Amino acid sequence: MTTQTANVPIPSIARCVAHFVRSIREVLQTMAHVQATVGTPALKTSPATTYEVSGIIGFSGGFTGSMVLSFQKSTAAAIVCAFAGMPLAPDSPDFADAVGELANMIAGSAKTGFGHDTNISVPSIIIGPGHVVARMHDVPCIIIPCRTAHGEFAVEVSLKSPAQQGPQKGNPA
Amino acid sequence: MKILLVDDSRTMRNIQKNVLRVLEAPSFTEAGDGVEALTAVATETAGFDIMLVDWNMPNMDGLTFVRSVRQTDKLTPIIMVTTEAEKSRIIDAIKSGANNYVVKPFTPDALLERVRQTLAKRKGAAAAA
Repeated sequence: MTTQTANVPIPSIARCVAHFVRSIREVLQTMAHVQATVGTPALKTSPATTYEVSGIIGFSGGFTGSMVLSFQKSTAAAIVCAFAGMPLAPDSPDFADAVGELANMIAGSAKTGFGHDTNISVPSIIIGPGHVVARMHDVPCIIIPCRTAHGEFAVEVSLKSPAQQGPQKGNPA
Repeated sequence: MKILLVDDSRTMRNIQKNVLRVLEAPSFTEAGDGVEALTAVATETAGFDIMLVDWNMPNMDGLTFVRSVRQTDKLTPIIMVTTEAEKSRIIDAIKSGANNYVVKPFTPDALLERVRQTLAKRKGAAAAA
């Protein structure tokens, strides 16, 4: 018997999450010299993002859906400073740019492990408390909580695998 | 040395500049997408010594830019610097005319080594010609 969460097989979610866990650690360590401790992933039920700074990446092709890199503003400021090599004011375009590039690298590195031809979008950034990022209604969102010396952040992953999308038009069933 | 940095992230371009400052008399030109980069290539009549190009960018992606450049310029070394690490993507980039490939995230040493390696190969090819 296969355990289901919102009609999505758990193994495919777990595989994706494992790639994100590896990617989060690798990107922060290599580019910002920040060590991230990853907590236990859990199903996210609230539509609002976990924190107030969001770096959003869309996925298309093989896997479809989205990833949100969600920071507290103070945590984002510290990690972005370590990444960029200089402090960046949270209201400056460079701050958003740096958050977007971190999101881009985490998503890009994770999708390399998916084993399908998946594309990622350029990043979008939202800053402000309590905002909501729209997701596909039939795909659960998994939250990956992370802790660093600079504070906490989370990566929210909502992805549909090629198998969950069913046969494509023109392809054999 | 004239270096063209093509990446939609200014932060990433700054990181690359900081790494490549150790090269001989570097002079940087920056572009935020493929369209800006093509303009920079057209404007810089003496040509660039090397180009570092991201893949995923708005307006024109890096692969399209590389293909466009290679229609007229077969020689200037181009390194893709991107999160796209799948084998099929790397093959696409090399087939399109990229000379080398750096996967993000990268260490400063890895980027510098790849740039030096690519420049040395170009210098060797020019000397042999």
